[in-house]
Amino acid sequence: MEEGLLHAVQGFMYPNEVELQWSILIVLYPFTTGLVAGAFILASLERVFNVQAVKPTYRLALLSALAFLLVAPLPLQLHLGHPERSLEMYLTPHTSSAMAMFGFIYLWYLMGVLVLEIWLDYRKDMVLLARSETGWKKTLYRVLTLGVDNISEESLRIDDKLGRFITIVGIPSAFLLHGYVGFIFGSVKANPWWSTPVMPIVFLFSAIVSGIALVLLMYMLVCFLKGISIDMPCVDTIARYLMYAFLIDFSLEMLDLIHRIYEADESFKSLDFMAHTQLYTSQIIVQIIFGTIVPISMLAFIQVVKLSEAARKGIYVLAGLLTLMGIFAMRWNVVIGGQLFSKSFLGYTTYKMAFATKEGLLPAILLMILPFGILWVLVKVLPPFEEEKAAV
Amino acid sequence: MNRFLKDKEHLVRMAALFAVGVVLFLILKAVLVPKGFGVYGHYRAGALADNRVRAPRFAGRSACIECHTDERDAWKGGKHAGVGCEACHGALAKHAEDPSASNAFKPDPKTICFTCHLTNAAKPRKFPQIDPKNHFDGGACNGCHSPHAPDKEPKK
Ligand code: HEC
Ligand code: HEC
Ligand code: HEC
Ligand code: HEC
Repeated sequence: MEEGLLHAVQGFMYPNEVELQWSILIVLYPFTTGLVAGAFILASLERVFNVQAVKPTYRLALLSALAFLLVAPLPLQLHLGHPERSLEMYLTPHTSSAMAMFGFIYLWYLMGVLVLEIWLDYRKDMVLLARSETGWKKTLYRVLTLGVDNISEESLRIDDKLGRFITIVGIPSAFLLHGYVGFIFGSVKANPWWSTPVMPIVFLFSAIVSGIALVLLMYMLVCFLKGISIDMPCVDTIARYLMYAFLIDFSLEMLDLIHRIYEADESFKSLDFMAHTQLYTSQIIVQIIFGTIVPISMLAFIQVVKLSEAARKGIYVLAGLLTLMGIFAMRWNVVIGGQLFSKSFLGYTTYKMAFATKEGLLPAILLMILPFGILWVLVKVLPPFEEEKAAV
Repeated sequence: MNRFLKDKEHLVRMAALFAVGVVLFLILKAVLVPKGFGVYGHYRAGALADNRVRAPRFAGRSACIECHTDERDAWKGGKHAGVGCEACHGALAKHAEDPSASNAFKPDPKTICFTCHLTNAAKPRKFPQIDPKNHFDGGACNGCHSPHAPDKEPKK
């Protein structure tokens, strides 16, 4: 045990508990997969339930989901001493390993759902671009279309039908993707902070919340950058969904909390102490007050009072940012909070975040910038907005 | 190609691409997964044989005391009777086999004791533990305690 860490400990800690093994990178993992699942579910609403209002964000949501999904496994890889060995979970999967099975869920969701759905939706655009572009761009789009130049009405009808089917399969897949991340934590029976059967559902709804907030912000940002005027009915609708999803998410979390308080099992005193000390700022202030109650109130306020467009936009941006911060804090409190107390319930440690190390703040920041870079490329290659999107 | 298939050609190609992916994966799997994997359990069966041919690095306390009778007599009745020789001296199979070919390691009596006796709240309370800061100014432990048969109350 490192002597230097000992002053960070209060009370009794087992030697292997003093230093946190799961760092900020492991916080990013549920955060990014949550954004993916949430963005996809929002996109699916338009497709499956024909919510026309959110249509302008459909493609952007899919591309955002893809950008974040590509980044989602990277924090896990960085956490490993031998990242290349992670691929062995595909070669010799162990069915009793929750993480190994996640590899397959991830791959299924990436290839079987997201890439296919984007490909089908963009096929017409890609064919048209392959026809109009020149040089290497032409080759790129040729390759992306797999060399098929056919955009006959019948072929597009088939694409649409298949795309719809994939979306229908995709919704439970997205639920699975993020519910499973919750399961990975919820199934750790040795850790009372994590071990609860509602964990997958709480993760899922918080994922939906964060994904919707992300798409809302991305849409407004892209419109701003491209100088397109924001479709107000669209953002109004998204903001309403955000509020509903948030209300469900908050109720679930409160349900879990009330249940814990009433049950008050042997771990309760210890966890309660933590919520009043180490986790007070990140849990009570950042997550619950500024990350949940404030944005919900802002969104609810808009439903009741008629405000000008500019005021609504401002509120959406602020509420969206607060929401993302709140959900990030929620992941933080789960992952980091779950490692701050001793399994003896007699002591506590602290998390010292490093900066420019393999698992420090710097790689975490870079990993959070990376998806925006990927998204930027994706938006360049596959423009999400165009004059006439075939009225399908 | 008939009209029916014509409008689905891109899907056929995509399906073919996926099929190629799956086949590639299966080939990789066949190449990369070592032979004998999973025969006995979730590991490479050959690992057992590989381990078996490696010579043991520990000789065991019964081997040591065949030659080192002085240490045996001290150690047998003492408080360290439950501690194997190689817990302090390290793995010495080579030495036990041919003492002239391989010298044995003599642990530093100033530090070796702390691997077990340093105060730590996680250890059972009954286990003898000392804090070097207030245990006889941190002199070499064997000045007072014999490493092989430590007394609880040594002569000072
Ligand atoms: C085959 C007989 C034999 C066996 C078995 C044996 N030793 Fe030795 N050991 C010797 C001899 C001979 C010496 C050299 C004595 C000398 O140089 O004074 C020696 C020396 C040592 C020394 C002193 C080295 C030094 O630098 O002064 C230590 C310590 C030692 N043995 C430990 C062990 C331990 C522990 C074991 C059990 C793993 C063991 N021996 C097994 C014969 C043996
Ligand atoms: C608690 C740790 C410990 C254990 C257990 C232990 N030894 Fe030692 N042994 C030492 C230390 C320390 C020294 C060095 C003493 C010194 O430098 O004065 C030593 C020295 C020796 C020596 C060299 C003696 C000399 O005069 O140079 C021999 C031989 C030896 N041990 C054999 C054994 C055998 C055989 C056993 C098992 C029966 C054993 N030891 C168990 C710590 C241990
Ligand atoms: C591999 C672990 C280990 C090492 C290394 C070790 N010891 Fe021990 N020691 C023990 C064990 C086990 C006991 C027996 C404890 C008991 O009886 O409860 C013990 C007992 C003792 C006792 C008797 C305490 C009592 O209350 O009767 C003394 C004194 C002692 N050791 C001193 C030493 C010294 C000095 C060294 C270094 C040369 C040393 N020990 C190295 C494991 C170790
Ligand atoms: C100056 C002589 C002296 C030296 C040097 C010394 N001790 Fe002791 N040790 C004693 C005496 C005397 C006792 C019994 C009284 C006591 O506990 O203070 C004792 C007791 C112990 C005990 C038993 C404590 C218990 O609570 O049962 C351990 C273990 C021990 N010593 C380990 C060590 C270790 C390890 C070192 C080397 C850092 C060391 N001693 C150095 C004299 C010494």
